[in-house]
Amino acid sequence: MNILTGNDLATGDVIWWTGEGWSRHVNDAVDVGDRGSEIAQVELAARHVNEAYVIDAAQTADGIRPTHIKERIRALGPTVRLDLSLKPADPTAGNWVI
Amino acid sequence: MYRYDQYDQAMVDARVAEFRDQTERRLSGQLSEAQFRPLRLMNGLYLQLHAYMLRVAVPYGTLSGRQMHMLAHIARKYDRDYGHFTTRQNIQYNWIKLADAPDILADLASVEMHAIQTSGNCIRNISSDQYAGVAADEVADPRPLSELLRQWSSFHPEFTYLPRKFKIAVISSKTDRAAMRLHDIGIELVKKDDEIGAKVFVGGGMGRTPMIAPEIRDFVPFNEVVSYLEACLRVYNRYGRRDNKYKARIKILVHEMGADEYRRQVEEEFAHMKTLGLDPPVAELERIAAHFAPPPYETGLSDEIDLSDRDFAAWVGSQVAPHKVPGYAIVNISLKPIGGIPGDASSAQIDLIADLAEKYSFDELRVTHAQNIVLAHVKKSDLYAVWKALEEADLGTANLDLISDIIACPGLDYCSLANARSIPVAQKIAKRFSDLDRQKELGELKLKISGCINACGHHHAGNIGILGVDRKGVENYQLLLGGSGAEDVSLGQITGPGFDEDGIVDAVEKATNVYLANRTEGERFVETFRRIGMAPFKEALYG
Repeated sequence: MNILTGNDLATGDVIWWTGEGWSRHVNDAVDVGDRGSEIAQVELAARHVNEAYVIDAAQTADGIRPTHIKERIRALGPTVRLDLSLKPADPTAGNWVI
Repeated sequence: MYRYDQYDQAMVDARVAEFRDQTERRLSGQLSEAQFRPLRLMNGLYLQLHAYMLRVAVPYGTLSGRQMHMLAHIARKYDRDYGHFTTRQNIQYNWIKLADAPDILADLASVEMHAIQTSGNCIRNISSDQYAGVAADEVADPRPLSELLRQWSSFHPEFTYLPRKFKIAVISSKTDRAAMRLHDIGIELVKKDDEIGAKVFVGGGMGRTPMIAPEIRDFVPFNEVVSYLEACLRVYNRYGRRDNKYKARIKILVHEMGADEYRRQVEEEFAHMKTLGLDPPVAELERIAAHFAPPPYETGLSDEIDLSDRDFAAWVGSQVAPHKVPGYAIVNISLKPIGGIPGDASSAQIDLIADLAEKYSFDELRVTHAQNIVLAHVKKSDLYAVWKALEEADLGTANLDLISDIIACPGLDYCSLANARSIPVAQKIAKRFSDLDRQKELGELKLKISGCINACGHHHAGNIGILGVDRKGVENYQLLLGGSGAEDVSLGQITGPGFDEDGIVDAVEKATNVYLANRTEGERFVETFRRIGMAPFKEALYG
């Protein structure tokens, strides 16, 4: 699947396109098919997102998992500071990245 | 230490106001990201993997307690309660909000700090020796020249858009604690016929094409250094490869042109520059130098240290260096606790170090390129109190220059340029060698890790270097041996095929075993490698 990501213009947070807006949680992302750049242009113009781009991902039993490790780390947070990640209560969250 | 005059403060304050306006225009849509990006980068604000990252300049690594407290305040108020000290003697914050950035810059300006020229193709923060002014073997204090170059290079209109970024280091001892010859320009202050001047090396660097800077001039009189550097930069600005980002650093120009021809052109330009009256008057040099006068040391102090506490004795043996004034010592504070993140410090730790600097070290401290902190003037009679305070704050690790004193870039955990993570590898290696006696048995062993070819973790200069690469979406780590960023500068050699994350930890251990089996009395790792060569290491690593 193709999902659309970028950073929130004001906060810099990693965000994912949900079909209606943006979420900080990759599991809220939707498959944008081949409409990614079209959506990105509209959202960039509206200043909802900064530096938006499309990435490959897969739907797994654990949710949506970006194909490349860099995007998985973006989705989770730094693997060396899981307390700052989106899964601070899960000590095994880093395994999801690797 | 240097204090801003009205010109310094006015320039920094004006930049804060300018950036506040630019940020407001970006947030309101008057500026596109394409327009805004170069403006924010000129103020050290990057967009990294998880958020905006702000890189704050620490000129030649020197800070006052008040400035250090401000760094803690910024970590606490605007970030996630910590900062990361870098190999450029700067500090980075990883979780900055764009709307907060102008307020942060204003807070920095209130303590004579900024983030100007910490990005972009300009002259970056000048780096120097963390033992400046206190090393027994220095020919002169390198900080006055570093400060002069800071002023010369700040907002220099001709060098704001160089072909590529430009890094300068200044040292003044034969002992190189600043990786001087791995900079675009490295300066060693030397004495010739009782006159202080600069030996100038040009064209060093790490990155994808590591090079050791050749000597371009053996002596430039101190009061002509600005003209000489102006000439060096002018030749680079004229002929540097703007057509290819990967060939745009001055090291490529010097290499392709040849050091002799580069030197000839610089001399020609230098002769011209000297006619322009660019060099500062003696009074200005004296004004700057006066800021770096020695602090009011006490006299008649004892050099005795009570080492009856074994843990304290171990810390003194590792972290305390000789000071040129009797009764005083240099304290190295490790930011490398076993299993910790190299260079990271919490706001509480930053505050504590600032307190210690204020109380015990004439209100001054230094950031080292090895991502540690130095208190440069501690009375030996105060060492125990300093150590106790550091111990309580998890800052008392006794591992300076040992295998767990690892330089590591932020890597793929934070950096959008990285291909692999650096920090977890550093943590695993530190844990593997956590036994302090084992580390001491290995002796001086500088291990440096980069998460990509840009080499922010100085892997080329590691006695053991590790380079993280992306192999079809999987992290892989190349091993290098034999590098040094010190006065015996050399570039590490790649051993062969890379390893996975656990494999690289095993590989490091195997390399240390080869060293232990082959070293002669008193021989350091890098010396053994140079003597026996790569073959025994390859045999152990690959069979």
